[in-house]
Amino acid sequence: MQFSERWLRSMVDPAIDTAGLSHLLTMSGLEVEELDPVAPPFTGIVVAEILSADKHPDADKLRVCRVDAGQGEALQIVCGAPNAAAGMKVPCALVGAMLPGDFRIKQAKLRGVESSGMLCSARELGLSDEHAGLLPLPADAPVGSDIRRYLDLDDARITIKLTPNRADCLSLAGIAREVAALTGAPLTLPAIATVAPSIDDRREIVLDAPEGCPRYCGRVIRGVDAKAPTPDWMRQRIERCGVRSISALVDVTNYVMLELGQPLHAFDDARLTGAIHVRLPRAGETLELLNEQVVEPSADTLLIADEAAALAMAGVMGGEQSGITLDTTDMFLESAFFAPDAIAGRARSYGFSSDASHRFERGVDFELPARAIERATELILAICGGRAGPVVEAVSPEHLPRREPVRLRPGRARKLLGIDLDDARIAAILQGLELEVASSGDDFTVTPPSYRFDIELEVDLVEELARVHGYDNIPTPPPRGSLAMLTYSESQRPAWALRHRLADRDYQEVINFAFVEEVWESDFAGNGSPIRLANPIASQLAVMRSTLLGGLVGNLVTNRNRQQLRVRVFEIGRCFRRDAAGAPVTGFDQPLLLAGLAAGPALPEQWGAATRGIDFFDVKGDIEALLAPAAATFAAAAHPALHPGRSASVSVGGETIGVLGELHPNLVQKYDLGTAPVVFELRIDALTRARLPAYQPISRQPAVTRDLALIVDDAVRVEDLRSSMAAVAPEIVKSIELFDLYQGSGIENGKKSLAFRVLMQDTRRTLEEAEVEAATSALTAQAAQQFGARLRG
Amino acid sequence: MENLEQMVAQAQAEFAAAVDAAALEQAKARYLGKSGSITAQLKTLGKLDADARREAGARINQAKGHIEQALEARRGAIREARLAAQLAAEALDVTLPGRGLGLGGLHPVSRTLERIENLFRSIGFEVADGPEIETDFHNFTALNTPENHPARSMHDTFYLEGERDVLLRTHTSPVQIRSMLEHVERFGGLDRMPELRVIIPGRVYRVDSDATHSPMFHQVEGLWVGADISFADLKGVVSDFLRCFFETDDLQVRFRPSFFPFTEPSAEIDVAFMSGELEGQWLEIAGCGMVHPNVLRHGGIDPERYTGFAFGMGPDRLTMLRYGVNDLRLFFEGDLRFLGQFR
Repeated sequence: MQFSERWLRSMVDPAIDTAGLSHLLTMSGLEVEELDPVAPPFTGIVVAEILSADKHPDADKLRVCRVDAGQGEALQIVCGAPNAAAGMKVPCALVGAMLPGDFRIKQAKLRGVESSGMLCSARELGLSDEHAGLLPLPADAPVGSDIRRYLDLDDARITIKLTPNRADCLSLAGIAREVAALTGAPLTLPAIATVAPSIDDRREIVLDAPEGCPRYCGRVIRGVDAKAPTPDWMRQRIERCGVRSISALVDVTNYVMLELGQPLHAFDDARLTGAIHVRLPRAGETLELLNEQVVEPSADTLLIADEAAALAMAGVMGGEQSGITLDTTDMFLESAFFAPDAIAGRARSYGFSSDASHRFERGVDFELPARAIERATELILAICGGRAGPVVEAVSPEHLPRREPVRLRPGRARKLLGIDLDDARIAAILQGLELEVASSGDDFTVTPPSYRFDIELEVDLVEELARVHGYDNIPTPPPRGSLAMLTYSESQRPAWALRHRLADRDYQEVINFAFVEEVWESDFAGNGSPIRLANPIASQLAVMRSTLLGGLVGNLVTNRNRQQLRVRVFEIGRCFRRDAAGAPVTGFDQPLLLAGLAAGPALPEQWGAATRGIDFFDVKGDIEALLAPAAATFAAAAHPALHPGRSASVSVGGETIGVLGELHPNLVQKYDLGTAPVVFELRIDALTRARLPAYQPISRQPAVTRDLALIVDDAVRVEDLRSSMAAVAPEIVKSIELFDLYQGSGIENGKKSLAFRVLMQDTRRTLEEAEVEAATSALTAQAAQQFGARLRG
Repeated sequence: MENLEQMVAQAQAEFAAAVDAAALEQAKARYLGKSGSITAQLKTLGKLDADARREAGARINQAKGHIEQALEARRGAIREARLAAQLAAEALDVTLPGRGLGLGGLHPVSRTLERIENLFRSIGFEVADGPEIETDFHNFTALNTPENHPARSMHDTFYLEGERDVLLRTHTSPVQIRSMLEHVERFGGLDRMPELRVIIPGRVYRVDSDATHSPMFHQVEGLWVGADISFADLKGVVSDFLRCFFETDDLQVRFRPSFFPFTEPSAEIDVAFMSGELEGQWLEIAGCGMVHPNVLRHGGIDPERYTGFAFGMGPDRLTMLRYGVNDLRLFFEGDLRFLGQFR
């Protein structure tokens, strides 16, 4: 809502300056977004009349003017404006005047001719960008009067950002009421006279849908001059409220809407047939709106109609066929109350908004229509002439909003706000807001006025108290509360611990959008029917991700394009899948996943270490470290985004928690990645479970190690062999670990040599050589039997 | 017998001339070995009478002692010289760079969220979480924002194709409802329920995208429900938090009346720094208010017995202010040159 400060001050004029007023409004909940003086500071500029304008003797483009600036005798002023002409009234900066930008006017000689002042364009006064010529003033402008006062330039355009609950402040009168309540300054609202009808013409009004429209006032006015000019004062006021002047009749309806808050609509009475109906649409009915949009109104869109056709969308926008034009002579003026529920969301559903719908959907004073129609009639008759018929009011009292009394317990208010506010002050604040206050025992019974749509509960009154008392005047005590310790379970690991562990292993955290390109879903998750957004902001952000991998590959591309070869990133974020068993929102599984990607050299470029590309086992080591002390098992597994021979499922305690692998060569090529990144994706719930450490006695007995080098077929999987030996190992065998893998010279083709280190120990005694030999034989025998392994010679 | 003194002097000279352990051992053999000169002297003692033997023996042994001493001294010197040479040879250029993996880092917004969690945990707030595909009921209706409420147009909501009742949450506030219901259930009803203090960090979504708006961004919801929680407490907690978060008292905090359907009274929180680039500018960083009685009821809590406050702040904005980041979009571009600055 933009308004003129001077217009506001014509209704309430507290003794505070513009900045003070702005702060007051902001701190009472009417946030001032913009404060824009109508004119920059300047002095010494008056209305002047050009008496004569003669050619400059030595300059083609200059003229020597004799000017009456009310200074007793005429001034000689040299002027370059092409429109300077005798008889014209213009702004004149006198010698000594200070123009915007601290430009002082001095007595001067221009091409040898004395000049005592300067005639001004609108741009020179900072009023607009217009600088084609002098700013022409009306012929009746009083010569010699200060231009600031004459054009009312000591004014500011103030824009407030209104919250949806404060529709009562969508008018000058509403803001003025608020300022009066906050400052105690007297309030002078425009006096509204009833215009006595001078003709009998009337249109009947039928409320066919009284829930949506419980009150409608209409009036016929005949013989208006639609071409009459809008008076300057009115044009200036509405323009300073950001409303363009269109024609006198339209301007009057806008003026009254700005002044009082009542949207009005003017129909061309000659285009109407019979009674006015406020009704819901008929099947197949269409309506051409003022914005030339033809709509088929939905079943819940309220219409204004006559006996022939739909005329307008009630409370939203008038119709193209029934509106007033410059040729209108007879008009029908509408001033109605439409219920917020009947208007809310309608304009938006047709893809536009209007000043009327903005007000009606938030709530317009339902006692205002009759007064507003009188105010508009008065102004129309004064500006456009004409004769008014009687006001016809149709009302359905039981459908009007009710203003129920609200109980306010002063003690409750004090407790909720944490302040001492005595009962008298409470009553005074509420009365200042024009609420009706009655005492009942210790409590107050408060009835809001018809223009307040936001006071239904005790807390709504508490907010009013806080606002007027001032949020700044509520204390700010240090936090206080009970000191119960929070549980901090050791068997849970917060996601922060995972982030730090990965960061310590040289991964950078990223945060990617949860909506992604649809092709990412098929490429990285094999998901052909992703969850689509109904209203994405862009086609490449159209579906919800079910994997984090696409985003990480995107990060790789971004960074490769910026000369970053070595990229190690991870993300923790939600992914989304349709799942009938999903919870807490039925139909959707929304697991928190952790995914990582590593690409480029295994180590940062450095001396003394050969450069080699990252591989599967580097990242596997990172996952093992991330999971530690839990031991993960890895098994070959297929995944749509991964190299089929280089991908594994990751399991902990028998539960599969994710995947690890090299990106599929097709994707490496498609996304132009050069070398294949290694990626992983794990469910975070599995990672946040932690084991409570439990002490195991440390053996004092010496450990014995034996190395077994076994030759097996290339196809034998190390973990299969290792776990098979572990399964038959006697108790003294504490661990069997692979420490070398060898293929090449000395080993026949299709075979490999696997070297295992077997660690044996007993907690109570030194091992006998025979036991050690027996254990090693058992392992070798198992390897031979199950995998055809033989000891390397 | 000046012979002996000469012998000692000669031995000392020969030992000193020995440059390494082998030369020294050879020199030693010439005096103390089987056919060494001292050994030869000792062999002569047998021919002397007892007195003379005693006297000569003492002198020979004294000379032997001097030679042995000289030998040990020289052995030590050679060992040390060898060690010194070895150490000198082993010296490194300690200015060469260290080797190994580099160090990654957390996302700057994560840093902020971790700090926020720690600060609120320090005054007894737990941390909760909620779904990002949310029901219309939790996101709006239960938060006192029925269908067609004008406040719904304040949030440009992402909807899912083919779904009527779910959406991408526009704020973390729906988790207020989930947290209250869960809290009441966890403690077996209102009578046994301790105060509820919880913060809810998370990602939220709105149809908006420019230098200061991202279609996905972060919020931290805070909720404190108890028997005696007032608007003054809200001011106290949030002001304290902001001073701790920015680690300065050089900060003004302003609460300004506003409107949210789910709080009453409601406020916007603005901060202004008293120095630096943004000096004196009021910056909007959170919305807050006393939890609306209808919202408490949806959370299973009797608004006559309990009151509470809630706030929703923007950690992206806090991160920008804290680290001087001037474009929100940088957070979501994944550029390592940007992200690497927050290690």
